[in-house]
Amino acid sequence: MSVLIAVEPVNGTINKGGFELATFARLTADQLGTEANALVLGNASNAGELGKYGIHTVHTLQHPNLEVFDSQVYSKVIAQAAKQLGANIVVVRHTANGKSILGRLAILMSADAVSGVNAAPQAGSVFTVSKSVYSGKAIAHYQLSSNTKVLSLMGNALQPQFLGQEVNPQAISLEVGNPKLQLVSRETETGHVPLPEAEKVVSAGRGMKGPENWGIVEELAAALGATTACSRPVADTGWRPHHEHVGQTGVAIRPNLYIAIGISGAIQHLAGVNNSKTIVVINKDPEAPFFKAADYGVVGDLFEVVPRLTEAVKKFKNA
Amino acid sequence: MKILVCISKTPDTTSKISFVNNGKEFNSEGIQYIMNPYDEWYALVRAVELKEKNGGSVTVINVGDVSSEIVIRKALAIGADDAIRVDVSPESSLQVAKEIAAHASGYDLVLTGKETIDYNGAEVGAMLAELLDLPYVSFAFKLEKEGDNWLVSREVEGGTETLKVGGPIVLSAAKGMAEQRIPNMQGIMMAKKKPLNVVASIGAEKGSVVASHEMPPAKSGVKMIAPDDMDTLVKLLHEEAKVI
Ligand SMILES: Cc1cc2nc3c(=O)[nH]c(=O)nc-3n(C[C@H](O)[C@H](O)[C@H](O)COP(=O)(O)OP(=O)(O)OC[C@H]3O[C@@H](n4cnc5c(N)ncnc54)[C@H](O)[C@@H]3O)c2cc1C
Ligand SMILES: Nc1ncnc2c1ncn2[C@@H]1O[C@H](COP(=O)(O)O)[C@@H](O)[C@H]1O
Repeated sequence: MSVLIAVEPVNGTINKGGFELATFARLTADQLGTEANALVLGNASNAGELGKYGIHTVHTLQHPNLEVFDSQVYSKVIAQAAKQLGANIVVVRHTANGKSILGRLAILMSADAVSGVNAAPQAGSVFTVSKSVYSGKAIAHYQLSSNTKVLSLMGNALQPQFLGQEVNPQAISLEVGNPKLQLVSRETETGHVPLPEAEKVVSAGRGMKGPENWGIVEELAAALGATTACSRPVADTGWRPHHEHVGQTGVAIRPNLYIAIGISGAIQHLAGVNNSKTIVVINKDPEAPFFKAADYGVVGDLFEVVPRLTEAVKKFKNA
Repeated sequence: MKILVCISKTPDTTSKISFVNNGKEFNSEGIQYIMNPYDEWYALVRAVELKEKNGGSVTVINVGDVSSEIVIRKALAIGADDAIRVDVSPESSLQVAKEIAAHASGYDLVLTGKETIDYNGAEVGAMLAELLDLPYVSFAFKLEKEGDNWLVSREVEGGTETLKVGGPIVLSAAKGMAEQRIPNMQGIMMAKKKPLNVVASIGAEKGSVVASHEMPPAKSGVKMIAPDDMDTLVKLLHEEAKVI
């Protein structure tokens, strides 16, 4: 009985999401009186750091067949490791790849599965985890009775905590199958934190009037160290790239800070952002529905308010 | 080319969500149901486009009771050729995947949506792929047929990737895959004559099901800040919200 996390390094390093996973695994293991271990799939210069977040043993596996992500190959490897290490709870990240693994593992390991878990398991006799459902409009609690369980952890659901010390990673030997998928090309977005991981997001909507006005949004984002996002009509009309579209049909995010500029706050938009910890709304219409979901509101013309806010942020940073 | 598209029924996005029976059951009173947008706009429309280009057929499958037929008819009106409804109320992704797997062999392509907008699971596609022992490509925003291969682009952490794969696959469709299609009058008339086969459930096991629901804590109310006083906003974000 133990908890195993499967970690996929991004561009050769384990990122914050990996450390969140380690913290979650350790908190879970503590509750069950067992140990949390990690399987790192691919090369990561900082694999040993997982120890700091409470991982007992970091097992690393490097194999040319892991260079392309093929969920069939990855899932079989993880299921094998779980068996070899005696793990009955496997946790992956709630990313595109993590979700592809989760469903397969549920079948391979005959496990109960819950995707997008948003907090450490609740204490009690039955293993209970929760997740946000109906696009953030409700929370569902799942009780898992099966001995084996697989979970995916929502990004930014908990803060990584120092619960241990750096360890020496150990190579593990596992059989790695041949991928059926062939990688043709990979395009990486550089220069900013991808939206699902961003802690601060500055987002703008149709109130911006046109793509030529986005400079003030980018300046505010730069001053805050935030990632930019937009509402759906803005992406649909080509003012901004599609990957910036947040909401029900776009990306769902849960940053610590979400600043909404010239966005009315339609329910489908809120669905993707209402899990943000703090929401600031800037809108000239005091009746805009977004104010109901906001923590801080500013009624005013965005073309005046946003540059002022940028100045205030810069002043604060330099103080 | 034979394509299977998995379609689910979800509450309309503007629905007010509530629960009955001590938070155990979803309150469906007054709820309007729609086809899950990812299934309709992206998976189904792309399937129909591929059929129009390469020939073949598009079958839609739904696990659900008779109340799902309205969304099934809509799928037929958009351009699917026939439909299967597995007659059981869906309670978990595992159950849905197993019920679908019983009818999913012999297809060149099995499409699902990226996720349902009710339980946001994004689980069914991967489970189905494992049950069928097929490759799975999730969150695809582009899909082309190139000779005997599929060429697929998908979203990954920090970017995108393009993959090539031969033979049958399971794929989940995300935004970008296709544009929404509104069914026209002719489509709606034709849909009435297309076969909708109701099949019995295999009684698949359910695995983990929701034990209870609760509503998220309400926001404590918005604090308004004067538009000419952004220093105060920054101060509050730093000292009170502790986010900068
Ligand atoms: C099934 C479905 C799914 C959808 N999914 C999504 C989704 O994922 N994401 C999404 O965003 N939308 C989605 N939508 C669309 C959604 O319903 C809204 O239409 C959309 O969010 C509105 O975008 P907006 O707020 O930018 O524009 P508008 O609603 O036009 O709002 C513009 C706002 O800017 C304000 N404004 C204008 N000028 C100024 C100024 N000078 N200064 C300050 N404020 C100003 C106005 O007061 C207004 O509130 C979906 C719709 C459907 C039906
Ligand atoms: N009851 C159902 N019947 C048919 N397909 C479904 C059903 N539920 C989910 N699906 C499919 O599986 C996808 C992912 O669902 P989920 O794992 O629930 O997020 C959906 O987009 C649908 O394509």
